[in-house]
Amino acid sequence: MLISVRTRMSGQLAARILVVALTGFAVFLGLAVATQTSASAEGETIRVTLATSVSGPIEGVEVTVTDDQGDEVAQGSTDEDGRFEADLPGPGEYTVAINADDLPEGVTAAVTERPVTVAEGGVGRTAFALSDGSTGQGGGAARIPQLLVEGLRFGLLIAICAVGLSLIFGTTGLTNFAHGELVAIGAIVAWFLNVSAGLPLIAATAIAMAVGGFVGWLNDFALWGPLRRRGSGLIAMLVISIGLSLGLRYLLNIIFGGRSQPYADYRGQRANDYGPISLTDKDLFSIAISLVVLVVVALMLQRTKIGKAMRAVADNRDLAAASGINVDRVIRFVWIVGGSLAALGGVLFGLSDEVSWDMGFKLLLLMFAGITLGGLGTAYGALLGSVIVGMFVQLSTLVIADELKYVGGLLLLIVILVVRPQGILGSRARVG
Amino acid sequence: MSEFLDILALSVKSLVSQSAVFFALMGVGLNLHFGYTGLLNFGQIAFALLGGYGVAISVAMWGLPLLVGVLIGVVAAFVLALLLGLPTLRLRADYLAIVTIAAAEIMRLVFRSTPATPITGATRGLSGFGRDFYAVAPFETQRTYDFLGSTWTGREIWAVLVGWILVTLFSLLIWQLMRSPWGRVLKAIREDEDAVRSLGKNVYSYKMQSLVLGGVIASFGGMILVLATGSANPDQFQNANTFLAYAALILGGTARVLGPVVGSMILWFIIAFTDAGLAALIRNGIIPSEILSGPDVANIRFVLVGVGLMMLLIFRPQGIFGDRREIVLDAH
Repeated sequence: MLISVRTRMSGQLAARILVVALTGFAVFLGLAVATQTSASAEGETIRVTLATSVSGPIEGVEVTVTDDQGDEVAQGSTDEDGRFEADLPGPGEYTVAINADDLPEGVTAAVTERPVTVAEGGVGRTAFALSDGSTGQGGGAARIPQLLVEGLRFGLLIAICAVGLSLIFGTTGLTNFAHGELVAIGAIVAWFLNVSAGLPLIAATAIAMAVGGFVGWLNDFALWGPLRRRGSGLIAMLVISIGLSLGLRYLLNIIFGGRSQPYADYRGQRANDYGPISLTDKDLFSIAISLVVLVVVALMLQRTKIGKAMRAVADNRDLAAASGINVDRVIRFVWIVGGSLAALGGVLFGLSDEVSWDMGFKLLLLMFAGITLGGLGTAYGALLGSVIVGMFVQLSTLVIADELKYVGGLLLLIVILVVRPQGILGSRARVG
Repeated sequence: MSEFLDILALSVKSLVSQSAVFFALMGVGLNLHFGYTGLLNFGQIAFALLGGYGVAISVAMWGLPLLVGVLIGVVAAFVLALLLGLPTLRLRADYLAIVTIAAAEIMRLVFRSTPATPITGATRGLSGFGRDFYAVAPFETQRTYDFLGSTWTGREIWAVLVGWILVTLFSLLIWQLMRSPWGRVLKAIREDEDAVRSLGKNVYSYKMQSLVLGGVIASFGGMILVLATGSANPDQFQNANTFLAYAALILGGTARVLGPVVGSMILWFIIAFTDAGLAALIRNGIIPSEILSGPDVANIRFVLVGVGLMMLLIFRPQGIFGDRREIVLDAH
């Protein structure tokens, strides 16, 4: 009797928190829809930007746009911001050429022609790799504010995924290598609802979060709970989580296919300028949603009874149990919250980087980097660490090639372990 | 019926194929790490990658003799083990796990990246480095042989033969080492690190030696793999392969000298049998192609391995030959 009352209470609490979180970002995404429709009504355009860190924007360079038949469709020169913009007759393949003779003294272009694919209602953006004799890949200091904001977006997204991972580690001691698959499941469920079933992405995300919460619950109910009661060793559980991760990941590959795919909504948004940075609306709302959700999670941990119980269990499980906290119930709740947050993180990652079957594994290592940096098992540490990792990953593109940016994050992980293995917020006692 | 026999012959071939050799060598190294010392190395594939590319880059890019390439591969694996071990072997076990898996992913991403093209050939990889290796074969490598009911090229036989010789040598080495005082210290570290430390042993140094030796054994696995397939490609060295090696090791039995070897053979028999069996079922329309298509079959193996790994650990963590008292998995 008592148990059932308690379960209902935690259920109500969970529902309440979910409702708050969902309405929060439903409002934001609603706003995003409104702005998005006004942007897409303007037809296809092409935008070329020419700038280097030393010379700044380059003005007066002749730009020619030709379609796939070789016919010229637009021509002009870059303005004082180094920009050239032109409307296109329709979507398709175009070639953008610049006149290298117009470039200022000392600036050279590696290529003067680039192909651009423009989607329906989309913006074809292209940049030319210009060298001004300075080291690095062009851009340089001028890109730092932009990269910091993109890093913030990416870091918050990692944080949303990693909070659950960190709480699960804190409350059960399990290093869950299958957490990445919770992220991918969320993103893929939302993709099927959005693209195959035609649901708007906001509704799809809400359902995906519910599914994610359910998968989290199922994880604990069917696998980890029984193993815990049986007294399985932590290392055995770690290897089991790897088996689960491997099995689920390739199952997702079979279901979803090997290619990465975008969502049907919010495609080809044009970036708006905010001073030194430019952001698409979906990036902006991704940041806002992440912030709101993380604040809600923090409030929950700080203020609500279940949140306090979670922190108590994470801090000292036996003491928490002795003081009357139902540890199993708390752990199950952690799994539900972790699963639905991971699903939300997956959708946000799918919005910026497309949905793919192995996105979870890619993010998993960055999540580990984030929570190790912050301090294993602490919820706020995961948050702080993830944001730093996100920014570091984006900023690392200043010196290394774009395709290697995750390597920067993983190297950071190794460096942290050398310098401060307990992380920023962790206590030294936690480390073996 | 004849189709079934073909599938069976193919599966029997994979009992001793280059894949079985590759995972046996990775597994022998992992057994030293995980089975005997209790180290959680989840980046074993990185050592194999360095071994394979050590040979490929030295011979194909730098024009060095094959033996120098082997030496370079071994030294590279040695250095990687030192780099990974130095910061993490003093910490709790799962730190090594996270660092090694991250390192393996870093290596693969770096080796397949565009800026690395002049050295590693990026995603296209490298080929044409095996001439010296096949030149020393004592039999004709250009023709095919019928053997165990299936067809083998001479090159295949030579690569597999050298591979199994290596597996035998390293297994003998491990067997002898584990009978020595050195091996007993390793096992003691697995059981109770603090107790060993209180006896005045340098636990850190022993763990490091174990990590280095196991990594070097895996690097030989990588060399056999690239020599047998004739090309070194970053996607041969995917992270999931480390866990295939774990599955082979745990299936055979951890902390048993022959555990990883037998485990790898059985694992590849099962994988080849299900691969070929499923392909035949699809081809004959017994499994509708909407449910499962040809390319999916290659992924099924990882699903099976993942599920199998879970089941093994839950229901029989000692594997086929293991001894439950010697399993690090039940610790804590």
